[in-house]
Amino acid sequence: MRNCEYQQIDPLALSVAPASVQNLTDKKAERLRRKWEVFPGKNRFFCDGRVIVARQSGVLPLTLGLIVVTCGLFFAFDCPFLVEHLTVFIPVIGGVLFVFVVLSLLRTSFTDPGILPRATLDEAADIEKQIDTSGSSSYRPPPRTKEILINQQVVKLKYCFTCKMFRPPRTSHCSLCDNCVERFDHHCPWVGNCVGKRNYRFFYSFIISLSFLTSFIFGCVIAHITLRSQSGKSLIQAIQESPARYPLMELVICFFSIWSILGLSGFHTYLVASNLTTNEDIKGSWSSKRGAEESGNPYTYNSILANCCVTLCGPMPPSLIDRRGFLSPEESVPTVSASEIEVPSFAAKNDANMVG
Amino acid sequence: MRPFKLWQQAAIAAKVFIQRDYTNGTVCQFQTKFPSELETRIDKQQFEETVRMLNNLYAEAEKLGSHSYIEGCLACLTAYTVFLCMETHYEKVLKKIAKYVQEQNDKVYAPRGLLLTDPIERGLRVIEVTIFEERSLTR
Repeated sequence: MRNCEYQQIDPLALSVAPASVQNLTDKKAERLRRKWEVFPGKNRFFCDGRVIVARQSGVLPLTLGLIVVTCGLFFAFDCPFLVEHLTVFIPVIGGVLFVFVVLSLLRTSFTDPGILPRATLDEAADIEKQIDTSGSSSYRPPPRTKEILINQQVVKLKYCFTCKMFRPPRTSHCSLCDNCVERFDHHCPWVGNCVGKRNYRFFYSFIISLSFLTSFIFGCVIAHITLRSQSGKSLIQAIQESPARYPLMELVICFFSIWSILGLSGFHTYLVASNLTTNEDIKGSWSSKRGAEESGNPYTYNSILANCCVTLCGPMPPSLIDRRGFLSPEESVPTVSASEIEVPSFAAKNDANMVG
Repeated sequence: MRPFKLWQQAAIAAKVFIQRDYTNGTVCQFQTKFPSELETRIDKQQFEETVRMLNNLYAEAEKLGSHSYIEGCLACLTAYTVFLCMETHYEKVLKKIAKYVQEQNDKVYAPRGLLLTDPIERGLRVIEVTIFEERSLTR
């Protein structure tokens, strides 16, 4: 909220008069633009709006690089030895896990996490009308909240100054992407995107499959080195013999990632089972602060199985930002100043309607 | 009585926004309270019926049943690539909703100088009802 500057809605900028529509139809000769081209958030789009990523891709290239390099080394150096000494299924399982991990990662990174489009001017003006404002327009109004009842529990909805609307429950504004995201979990730099309602299941399958993959590679490398040292040589000799000591590098990468990935998977499994988001857990939104008051999570189904099913296997919500839709001619001129439009009596009438 | 004015095209008099109803959680439901601005234009029963029908359709889209679980599990097994070629259940219902809104506009709202905007165009946040200026009516 530090970056947001409060701007009061100018009622004259609303409802374009019919006279000006004729001016705008002249502009139809211009190429029709798609909505992603005028998207106000800090996102980047590829493939003509099909792919969406955060502005800073974070360490996504590093994540991909680490996974590809480790698996590459595994297939190149460990698999030939293990296929010979153990079973041919080792590279098959490794391959399936690798494909699953990469697909889940790409899905998480390139999917719209559940971005809420910003309120239209009319909508924002309507909301402002409903809020009591005491003071002049130059004074920044106090933070606005609205209390509602969800499943017989009081929940506070906050007003988002950037998106000019009351945030739905469980929605949070990501300052890195400058968007309100539904069921906001966290902004993951490893994945280079926010994790929210629409891509949480992809993120969860990514970390679970990555846990399996790192554990599997770790186990195979240990097996590889053990088998080599079993044929009469010492452990050091075995490592030196294995091609260019790459298995050691794999061991180190896997060892460090296992702790963090397994920990993260465990934590998210707990969140899924109790229908919480990382955001809510960190803020302690539903932990009983006062002993007397019962403030449980209003969204839980009070059953681990139900919570898991809802979060992971629920219906896939649609993207609300319509990236590839075409802008209508009126929309493609977003900031039409009042002086350009001929609105003599119309504006006065509009004002009368608004005030009354 | 407000004076009637002749316009080349219908001018927008006001817009009413029906907000979301969160009493049952984050499922998409809209408030059925009848806004006072529409009192002169449309029957309360008719309007509430429209909103109730929309609420039922959205509930159907977000319903947790065997259908959605099968879809979810199948998607998980295929590493979510199935969503690239298959239309989800939600999207199918959204098409039904778009048709319903169009039909309601044609039959009920346009003759009364009103226009319903499909909530998906407003990010499923509001149902926007545009009230047009009354043109000279011949009764």
